Amino acid sequence: MNFDLTEERQMLQDTLRRFLSDKYDTAARNAILDSETGLSEDIWNGLAELGVIGALFNEDDGGFGGAGFDIAVVFEELGRAGVVEPMLDTAILGGGLLAALGDDAQKEMVEEVIGGALHLAVAHGEPASRYDLNRVETTAKAAGDSIVLNGRKAVVVNAEAADHLIVSARESGAVGDVDGISLFVVPSDAAGLTMRGYALMAGGRAAEVTLDDVNVPASARLGEAGKALPAIETAVAAANVALAAETMGAMQSATELTKDYLMTRKQFGRPIGTFQALAHRMSDMLIELEQARSAVINAAGHLESDARIRDMQIASARNLMGRVGRLVAEESIQMHGGIAMTQEYELAHIAKRITMADHRFGDTDYHLERFIALSAA
Amino acid sequence: MDLSYTDEELAFRDEVRAFLDEKLPKEMAAKVAGRGELTREEMEKWHAILNEKGWLAPNWPEEYGGCAWNAVQKHIFEEECAFANAPRIVPFGLSMLAPVLMKFGSQDQRDHYLPRILNGDDWWCQGYSEPGAGSDLASLKTRAVRDGDHYIVNGQKTWTTLGQHADWIFCLVRTDADVKQQEGISFLLIDMNTPGIEVRPIILLDGTHEVNEVWFTDVKVPVENLVGEENKGWTYAKYLLTHERTNIAGVGNSQAGLEAVKRMARAEIHNGRPLIENPQFAARMAQAEIDLMAMATTNLRIVSKAAVGQAPGVEASMLKVKGTVIRQEINDLARRAAGPYAMPFPSEAVEGDNDPIGPEYAGPVSAAYFNNRKLSIFGGSNEIQRGIIAKVTMGV
Repeated sequence: MNFDLTEERQMLQDTLRRFLSDKYDTAARNAILDSETGLSEDIWNGLAELGVIGALFNEDDGGFGGAGFDIAVVFEELGRAGVVEPMLDTAILGGGLLAALGDDAQKEMVEEVIGGALHLAVAHGEPASRYDLNRVETTAKAAGDSIVLNGRKAVVVNAEAADHLIVSARESGAVGDVDGISLFVVPSDAAGLTMRGYALMAGGRAAEVTLDDVNVPASARLGEAGKALPAIETAVAAANVALAAETMGAMQSATELTKDYLMTRKQFGRPIGTFQALAHRMSDMLIELEQARSAVINAAGHLESDARIRDMQIASARNLMGRVGRLVAEESIQMHGGIAMTQEYELAHIAKRITMADHRFGDTDYHLERFIALSAA
Repeated sequence: MDLSYTDEELAFRDEVRAFLDEKLPKEMAAKVAGRGELTREEMEKWHAILNEKGWLAPNWPEEYGGCAWNAVQKHIFEEECAFANAPRIVPFGLSMLAPVLMKFGSQDQRDHYLPRILNGDDWWCQGYSEPGAGSDLASLKTRAVRDGDHYIVNGQKTWTTLGQHADWIFCLVRTDADVKQQEGISFLLIDMNTPGIEVRPIILLDGTHEVNEVWFTDVKVPVENLVGEENKGWTYAKYLLTHERTNIAGVGNSQAGLEAVKRMARAEIHNGRPLIENPQFAARMAQAEIDLMAMATTNLRIVSKAAVGQAPGVEASMLKVKGTVIRQEINDLARRAAGPYAMPFPSEAVEGDNDPIGPEYAGPVSAAYFNNRKLSIFGGSNEIQRGIIAKVTMGV
């Protein structure tokens, strides 16, 4: 048993933390939040140059990592700094699906992702699908040599910045069937593809995507026809590890900010942290933070396990993160008081990142339900 | 013991409902339900509608234009307004300053300011909190120094709600720095158009502009704008705080919020079934409803006691704590119910004439969740309330 990071991962963590503490303070991020694209190409290229994107892929795919713990190290740091750049969407989901299912031509795109030159978005969720991965109403129908896509995709994060969208569509079966779902790599400027973009509560941008007779060649299909769901589940598993780690990193920032504030802010002639009513709650947050760290380690360590074990660990981590995240976000704001309600204070953004993570790939209740089902199986 | 309203109370409720049905503009109610930001004009319009009916200031004595309602009637009115998504009454002039002027103000001040409050001629804001004086309000530092017929005011107030609209601010200022903190505070009325006042917006985490910083640099205030006696302001401030706590439990808001959550949970589909049938979600929702049912009765018990002339004491603090916890839990439920469509930034979802991004109900939920974290912070934080409960009941 050894809980130390490998030397390489330790270096990655140190470099990334230094880079972000130099470049990504509250003011810099607020400028990014206010920008039209909702992301900074400078930061993105910087991350690529540091090898941060490469660390999320294994050697066969041109990277130098790709394991659960690599993902955890990177996303913990992104979470600490409250980074809004869509690493999850371009690299973990988009890059992950290309690496897992792509033919030689499609896999070449992974190199471009690692180099920072290519942005991706995965258009899977739909207006009525909530968190259910198998609920796909969008259709793909063969017409001669090409395939015609029709449907609507909901809250597609990073869609506007993406060069390509990876779109899921049903080639056979009924809505909700496990079989029959395929993936297609669609250029974002394809005829018939329209977007309604908007900013997100916790930073970054997303879009509602409409596919109206979008024609793609059969070569745009990613992987086997109708068999994409297991790969989607694997990519989402990695995304869940990333989200859990990001939330844990953000919780570290929240507890550090709160601890500092409790010991500097004076009311009634003394630091408010010396009031036991607050000190004990700070202690509870620190206890839960350690629980969160362990849950991330469990999930990251089982990302390569077989699907049932992997998904049970992930459901457990996301459920715990949802509960503990709510506690930390709400208590941090409460113990700060009004200052934490203001947009320009770091904690406000961090608390939003923690809370809104609960709306991607299943919330606290969803993962509890999944855990119950998987542990009873 | 009788848990039902009397016939008179029921008749009164019907009268209030009929009034709201007829007079509350539908687009205004829709905006409140969708958490759109009301303009100054909209808020003033609603005040004017209530004023015309004579219902703008239920808590005022009749001689000043108040209603001869008992506490149960006031409660029914507040509850029905919340249910109908009426805009909240802007409380600074009506519920905060007015009672202070009636009790401690000069005859001239009452004659001048009270009708103007009722008629919407002056918009008031509250100058209490400072960057260094939040929960510990008595440590405030804004200075007022007497200079002939004027006070010269220097300092900074913060969290000034809707101060961007205000014509006037009532302020706690330090007039004696050499005595015990509470004994050197005075209560001043300041015209916001006086040179030397600057209002700076504070943008909250949901992107809204509700609160402000107000800066004072050598602001000249006529001595006749002092309320009561110099250095007695702390007494007036505490008196005002007891009036700030009307409708403190927010029962009507919670009931309306819970109904909205149920509507959402019926519409959202998870695993092919409505979310309202999901055991985890249904259990959470039921817990909130159980707590709310009990609190509604707690609230009525306390309100009825006040109706026969017993002032609520420590119970107000209890209602504040429990009421805000329940409201915030309902905000959390609404956020969860919306699923991925809670993610869009609210202004994108609710502003302008655009169609909503997802289902209409999802637009405001995450903003409401974050914005209402303030409920347990302002008006005496829940920590301060718990301190009061402990002090009163245990003497600690």
